[in-house]
Amino acid sequence: MVNVHVYITLKEGVLDPQGKAVEHSLTSLGYEGVEEVSVGKWIQLKVEDGEGLDARITAMCEQLLANPVIENYSYKVEREATV
Amino acid sequence: MRAAVIVFPGSNCDTDMFHAVKDFTEAEVVEFVPHTAKSVAAYDAIFIPGGFSYGDYLRTGAIARFAPVMKSVSEEAAKGKTIVGVCNGFQILQEAGLLPGAMKRNKDLKFICRTVNLKVENKKTRFTSSYDQGDVLRIPVAHGEGNFECDEKTYSQLQQKGQIVFTYVDDVNGSKGQIAGVQNEAGNVLGMMPHPERAMEAWLGSEDGRKLFTSVYRNWRESNVVTN
Repeated sequence: MVNVHVYITLKEGVLDPQGKAVEHSLTSLGYEGVEEVSVGKWIQLKVEDGEGLDARITAMCEQLLANPVIENYSYKVEREATV
Repeated sequence: MRAAVIVFPGSNCDTDMFHAVKDFTEAEVVEFVPHTAKSVAAYDAIFIPGGFSYGDYLRTGAIARFAPVMKSVSEEAAKGKTIVGVCNGFQILQEAGLLPGAMKRNKDLKFICRTVNLKVENKKTRFTSSYDQGDVLRIPVAHGEGNFECDEKTYSQLQQKGQIVFTYVDDVNGSKGQIAGVQNEAGNVLGMMPHPERAMEAWLGSEDGRKLFTSVYRNWRESNVVTN
Protein backbone atom coordinates (compact mmCIF):
# COMPACT_ATOMS: atom_id res chain seq x y z
CA MET A 1 0.00 0.00 0.00
CA VAL A 2 1.13 3.55 -0.64
CA ASN A 3 -0.04 6.74 0.98
CA VAL A 4 -1.72 9.07 -1.46
CA HIS A 5 -2.32 12.72 -0.67
CA VAL A 6 -4.89 14.42 -2.86
CA TYR A 7 -5.07 18.22 -2.86
CA ILE A 8 -8.19 19.93 -4.18
CA THR A 9 -8.46 23.65 -4.87
CA LEU A 10 -10.81 25.89 -6.79
CA LYS A 11 -9.69 26.46 -10.36
CA GLU A 12 -7.71 29.55 -11.13
CA GLY A 13 -10.05 32.41 -11.99
CA VAL A 14 -12.88 30.99 -9.86
CA LEU A 15 -13.45 33.41 -7.00
CA ASP A 16 -12.77 31.66 -3.70
CA PRO A 17 -15.02 33.13 -0.98
CA GLN A 18 -13.28 31.20 1.81
CA GLY A 19 -9.80 32.21 0.66
CA LYS A 20 -10.89 35.86 0.48
CA ALA A 21 -12.28 35.74 4.02
CA VAL A 22 -9.08 34.21 5.40
CA GLU A 23 -6.99 36.77 3.52
CA HIS A 24 -9.04 39.63 5.00
CA SER A 25 -8.66 38.18 8.49
CA LEU A 26 -4.90 37.88 8.13
CA THR A 27 -4.67 41.45 6.86
CA SER A 28 -6.79 42.75 9.71
CA LEU A 29 -4.56 40.89 12.21
CA GLY A 30 -1.70 42.97 10.86
CA TYR A 31 0.02 40.43 8.64
CA GLU A 32 1.19 42.36 5.63
CA GLY A 33 2.35 41.04 2.32
CA VAL A 34 -0.15 38.19 2.14
CA GLU A 35 -2.10 37.63 -1.03
CA GLU A 36 -3.89 35.00 -3.09
CA VAL A 37 -5.01 32.90 -0.13
CA SER A 38 -6.97 29.88 -1.24
CA VAL A 39 -8.76 27.27 0.84
CA GLY A 40 -9.02 23.72 -0.41
CA LYS A 41 -9.19 20.14 0.73
CA TRP A 42 -6.59 17.54 1.53
CA ILE A 43 -7.69 13.92 1.27
CA GLN A 44 -5.40 11.14 2.41
CA LEU A 45 -5.86 7.55 1.32
CA LYS A 46 -4.01 4.27 1.24
CA VAL A 47 -4.04 2.65 -2.16
CA GLU A 48 -2.77 -0.70 -3.41
CA ASP A 49 0.51 -0.11 -5.22
CA GLY A 50 1.31 -1.50 -8.65
CA GLU A 51 0.06 -1.51 -12.20
CA GLY A 52 -1.87 1.58 -13.27
CA LEU A 53 -1.59 3.37 -9.93
CA ASP A 54 -1.70 6.81 -11.52
CA ALA A 55 -4.63 5.90 -13.71
CA ARG A 56 -6.55 4.61 -10.70
CA ILE A 57 -5.89 7.72 -8.64
CA THR A 58 -6.80 9.96 -11.55
CA ALA A 59 -10.06 8.10 -12.07
CA MET A 60 -10.95 8.46 -8.38
CA CYS A 61 -10.22 12.18 -8.50
CA GLU A 62 -12.23 12.78 -11.65
CA GLN A 63 -15.21 10.66 -10.71
CA LEU A 64 -15.66 11.58 -7.07
CA LEU A 65 -12.98 13.41 -5.14
CA ALA A 66 -12.94 16.62 -7.20
CA ASN A 67 -15.60 18.37 -9.24
CA PRO A 68 -13.82 19.20 -12.52
CA VAL A 69 -16.34 21.99 -13.25
CA ILE A 70 -14.81 24.26 -10.61
CA GLU A 71 -11.98 22.34 -8.95
CA ASN A 72 -8.43 21.33 -9.77
CA TYR A 73 -6.68 18.45 -8.10
CA SER A 74 -3.15 17.25 -7.69
CA TYR A 75 -1.75 14.32 -5.76
CA LYS A 76 1.41 13.02 -4.25
CA VAL A 77 2.29 9.36 -3.75
CA GLU A 78 4.32 8.53 -0.66
CA ARG A 79 6.06 5.19 -0.39
CA GLU A 80 7.22 4.12 3.04
CA ALA A 81 10.96 3.56 3.11
CA THR A 82 11.81 -0.13 3.11
CA VAL A 83 14.59 -1.31 5.37
CA MET B 1 -49.35 12.03 -14.05
CA ARG B 2 -47.39 9.75 -11.77
CA ALA B 3 -44.94 11.65 -9.61
CA ALA B 4 -41.99 10.49 -7.51
CA VAL B 5 -40.30 12.36 -4.68
CA ILE B 6 -36.86 10.85 -4.14
CA VAL B 7 -35.71 10.50 -0.54
CA PHE B 8 -32.01 10.32 0.30
CA PRO B 9 -30.54 9.92 3.77
CA GLY B 10 -30.55 13.56 4.89
CA SER B 11 -33.32 14.85 2.62
CA ASN B 12 -35.50 17.19 4.67
CA CYS B 13 -37.82 18.91 2.21
CA ASP B 14 -39.38 15.70 0.93
CA THR B 15 -42.66 16.06 2.83
CA ASP B 16 -43.13 19.66 1.66
CA MET B 17 -42.43 18.57 -1.91
CA PHE B 18 -44.87 15.68 -1.60
CA HIS B 19 -47.66 18.02 -0.44
CA ALA B 20 -46.91 20.60 -3.11
CA VAL B 21 -47.31 17.95 -5.82
CA LYS B 22 -50.25 16.22 -4.15
CA ASP B 23 -52.24 19.35 -3.30
CA PHE B 24 -51.55 21.52 -6.34
CA THR B 25 -51.54 19.12 -9.25
CA GLU B 26 -54.03 16.48 -10.29
CA ALA B 27 -51.42 13.73 -10.25
CA GLU B 28 -53.07 10.32 -9.73
CA VAL B 29 -50.02 9.04 -7.92
CA VAL B 30 -47.49 10.83 -5.75
CA GLU B 31 -45.02 8.56 -3.98
CA PHE B 32 -41.87 8.76 -1.94
CA VAL B 33 -39.15 6.71 -3.60
CA PRO B 34 -36.08 5.73 -1.55
CA HIS B 35 -32.52 6.30 -2.74
CA THR B 36 -32.11 2.52 -2.91
CA ALA B 37 -34.82 2.07 -5.57
CA LYS B 38 -33.55 0.56 -8.79
CA SER B 39 -35.99 2.26 -11.12
CA VAL B 40 -38.12 5.37 -11.47
CA ALA B 41 -39.29 4.38 -14.95
CA ALA B 42 -42.89 4.10 -13.73
CA TYR B 43 -43.09 7.85 -13.07
CA ASP B 44 -43.74 10.79 -15.39
CA ALA B 45 -42.25 13.44 -13.14
CA ILE B 46 -39.42 13.06 -10.66
CA PHE B 47 -38.84 15.57 -7.87
CA ILE B 48 -35.55 15.69 -5.99
CA PRO B 49 -36.06 17.61 -2.75
CA GLY B 50 -33.74 19.74 -0.68
CA GLY B 51 -31.84 18.75 2.42
CA PHE B 52 -28.36 17.60 3.30
CA SER B 53 -28.03 14.27 1.52
CA TYR B 54 -25.23 12.20 3.04
CA GLY B 55 -24.43 15.12 5.34
CA ASP B 56 -23.12 17.16 2.40
CA TYR B 57 -19.88 15.21 2.88
CA LEU B 58 -17.10 15.93 0.36
CA ARG B 59 -19.30 18.31 -1.67
CA THR B 60 -23.02 18.94 -1.72
CA GLY B 61 -24.66 16.21 -3.79
CA ALA B 62 -21.36 14.43 -4.51
CA ILE B 63 -22.27 11.20 -2.73
CA ALA B 64 -25.99 11.22 -3.52
CA ARG B 65 -25.34 11.22 -7.24
CA PHE B 66 -23.97 7.68 -6.90
CA ALA B 67 -27.01 6.40 -4.97
CA PRO B 68 -28.63 3.44 -6.76
CA VAL B 69 -31.71 5.41 -7.83
CA MET B 70 -29.68 8.03 -9.71
CA LYS B 71 -28.77 5.73 -12.58
CA SER B 72 -32.44 5.36 -13.39
CA VAL B 73 -33.02 9.10 -12.92
CA SER B 74 -30.34 9.76 -15.55
CA GLU B 75 -31.92 7.24 -17.92
CA GLU B 76 -35.38 8.78 -17.51
CA ALA B 77 -33.89 12.26 -18.00
CA ALA B 78 -32.41 11.09 -21.29
CA LYS B 79 -35.88 9.88 -22.32
CA GLY B 80 -37.29 13.37 -21.72
CA LYS B 81 -39.12 12.78 -18.43
CA THR B 82 -39.66 15.83 -16.25
CA ILE B 83 -37.07 16.16 -13.48
CA VAL B 84 -37.13 18.94 -10.89
CA GLY B 85 -34.33 19.38 -8.35
CA VAL B 86 -34.69 21.97 -5.62
CA CYS B 87 -31.77 23.20 -3.51
CA ASN B 88 -29.80 20.04 -2.62
CA GLY B 89 -31.75 18.39 -5.45
CA PHE B 90 -30.24 20.96 -7.83
CA GLN B 91 -26.76 20.27 -6.47
CA ILE B 92 -27.25 16.51 -6.94
CA LEU B 93 -28.35 17.03 -10.56
CA GLN B 94 -25.25 19.15 -11.20
CA GLU B 95 -22.99 16.51 -9.70
CA ALA B 96 -24.74 13.91 -11.84
CA GLY B 97 -23.95 15.96 -14.92
CA LEU B 98 -27.64 16.47 -15.76
CA LEU B 99 -27.40 20.22 -15.24
CA PRO B 100 -24.55 22.66 -15.95
CA GLY B 101 -22.35 24.48 -13.47
CA ALA B 102 -21.42 23.82 -9.86
CA MET B 103 -22.10 25.48 -6.50
CA LYS B 104 -19.55 27.30 -4.37
CA ARG B 105 -19.96 28.56 -0.82
CA ASN B 106 -22.12 31.69 -0.69
CA LYS B 107 -19.96 34.74 -1.25
CA ASP B 108 -20.36 35.98 2.36
CA LEU B 109 -19.87 32.39 3.68
CA LYS B 110 -23.17 32.56 5.54
CA PHE B 111 -26.06 30.14 5.38
CA ILE B 112 -28.82 32.29 3.90
CA CYS B 113 -32.35 31.51 5.04
CA ARG B 114 -34.91 34.11 3.98
CA THR B 115 -37.48 34.94 1.36
CA VAL B 116 -36.04 36.55 -1.77
CA ASN B 117 -37.36 38.13 -4.95
CA LEU B 118 -37.03 35.74 -7.82
CA LYS B 119 -37.52 36.73 -11.45
CA VAL B 120 -38.99 34.45 -14.11
CA GLU B 121 -36.39 34.79 -16.88
CA ASN B 122 -37.96 32.29 -19.23
CA LYS B 123 -41.63 31.41 -19.17
CA LYS B 124 -41.38 29.22 -22.25
CA THR B 125 -40.49 26.14 -20.25
CA ARG B 126 -42.51 23.22 -18.97
CA PHE B 127 -41.80 24.47 -15.45
CA THR B 128 -42.83 28.11 -15.78
CA SER B 129 -45.50 28.37 -18.47
CA SER B 130 -48.20 29.35 -15.95
CA TYR B 131 -46.17 32.41 -14.91
CA ASP B 132 -45.72 35.58 -16.95
CA GLN B 133 -42.37 36.53 -18.40
CA GLY B 134 -40.56 38.76 -15.90
CA ASP B 135 -42.87 37.91 -12.97
CA VAL B 136 -41.20 38.63 -9.65
CA LEU B 137 -41.94 35.88 -7.10
CA ARG B 138 -41.44 35.76 -3.36
CA ILE B 139 -39.74 32.43 -2.70
CA PRO B 140 -37.63 31.33 0.29
CA VAL B 141 -34.00 30.28 -0.03
CA ALA B 142 -32.14 28.19 2.54
CA HIS B 143 -28.61 27.28 1.53
CA GLY B 144 -24.94 27.70 2.36
CA GLU B 145 -23.69 26.69 -1.06
CA GLY B 146 -25.79 28.26 -3.77
CA ASN B 147 -23.17 30.40 -5.44
CA PHE B 148 -23.64 29.26 -9.04
CA GLU B 149 -20.43 29.02 -11.03
CA CYS B 150 -19.68 28.00 -14.60
CA ASP B 151 -17.18 29.01 -17.25
CA GLU B 152 -17.89 31.84 -19.69
CA LYS B 153 -18.58 29.52 -22.58
CA THR B 154 -21.23 27.65 -20.60
CA TYR B 155 -22.70 30.93 -19.37
CA SER B 156 -23.19 32.31 -22.86
CA GLN B 157 -24.72 29.01 -23.95
CA LEU B 158 -27.17 29.21 -21.03
CA GLN B 159 -28.12 32.72 -22.13
CA GLN B 160 -28.48 31.90 -25.81
CA LYS B 161 -30.52 28.74 -25.32
CA GLY B 162 -32.93 30.16 -22.76
CA GLN B 163 -31.62 27.82 -20.09
CA ILE B 164 -31.62 30.49 -17.39
CA VAL B 165 -35.10 30.00 -15.93
CA PHE B 166 -34.90 32.05 -12.72
CA THR B 167 -32.59 34.82 -11.52
CA TYR B 168 -32.34 36.62 -8.18
CA VAL B 169 -33.52 40.23 -8.42
CA ASP B 170 -30.76 41.20 -5.96
CA ASP B 171 -27.36 39.59 -5.57
CA VAL B 172 -28.17 37.01 -2.88
CA ASN B 173 -25.16 34.69 -2.83
CA GLY B 174 -22.68 35.76 -5.52
CA SER B 175 -24.08 33.51 -8.28
CA LYS B 176 -22.79 34.20 -11.77
CA GLY B 177 -25.41 36.26 -13.59
CA GLN B 178 -27.51 36.06 -10.39
CA ILE B 179 -28.65 32.65 -11.62
CA ALA B 180 -31.12 30.93 -9.31
CA GLY B 181 -32.45 28.22 -11.60
CA VAL B 182 -31.43 26.59 -14.88
CA GLN B 183 -32.78 23.93 -17.17
CA ASN B 184 -30.87 21.52 -19.38
CA GLU B 185 -30.62 22.11 -23.10
CA ALA B 186 -33.46 19.70 -23.87
CA GLY B 187 -35.71 21.58 -21.42
CA ASN B 188 -36.86 18.61 -19.33
CA VAL B 189 -34.58 18.96 -16.29
CA LEU B 190 -34.82 21.96 -13.96
CA GLY B 191 -32.68 22.84 -10.98
CA MET B 192 -33.32 25.78 -8.68
CA MET B 193 -31.91 26.85 -5.32
CA PRO B 194 -35.05 28.67 -4.00
CA HIS B 195 -37.83 26.49 -2.57
CA PRO B 196 -41.12 26.79 -4.46
CA GLU B 197 -42.55 23.97 -2.29
CA ARG B 198 -42.22 26.29 0.70
CA ALA B 199 -44.25 29.00 -1.02
CA MET B 200 -47.59 27.23 -1.48
CA GLU B 201 -49.85 28.99 1.05
CA ALA B 202 -50.44 32.70 1.65
CA TRP B 203 -50.68 32.01 5.38
CA LEU B 204 -47.14 30.64 5.26
CA GLY B 205 -45.87 33.82 3.64
CA SER B 206 -46.27 33.24 -0.09
CA GLU B 207 -48.10 31.13 -2.61
CA ASP B 208 -45.90 32.16 -5.52
CA GLY B 209 -44.48 28.65 -5.87
CA ARG B 210 -47.80 27.08 -6.87
CA LYS B 211 -47.58 27.88 -10.56
CA LEU B 212 -44.39 25.87 -10.93
CA PHE B 213 -46.29 22.74 -9.98
CA THR B 214 -49.35 23.65 -12.05
CA SER B 215 -47.06 24.32 -15.03
CA VAL B 216 -45.46 20.89 -14.75
CA TYR B 217 -48.85 19.23 -14.48
CA ARG B 218 -50.52 21.16 -17.32
CA ASN B 219 -47.66 20.53 -19.69
CA TRP B 220 -47.69 16.85 -18.89
CA ARG B 221 -51.47 16.72 -19.45
CA GLU B 222 -51.32 18.60 -22.73
CA SER B 223 -48.77 16.22 -24.17
CA ASN B 224 -50.11 12.99 -22.69
CA VAL B 225 -53.87 13.13 -22.28
CA VAL B 226 -56.13 12.88 -25.30
CA THR B 227 -59.05 15.26 -25.01
CA ASN B 228 -62.27 15.11 -27.00
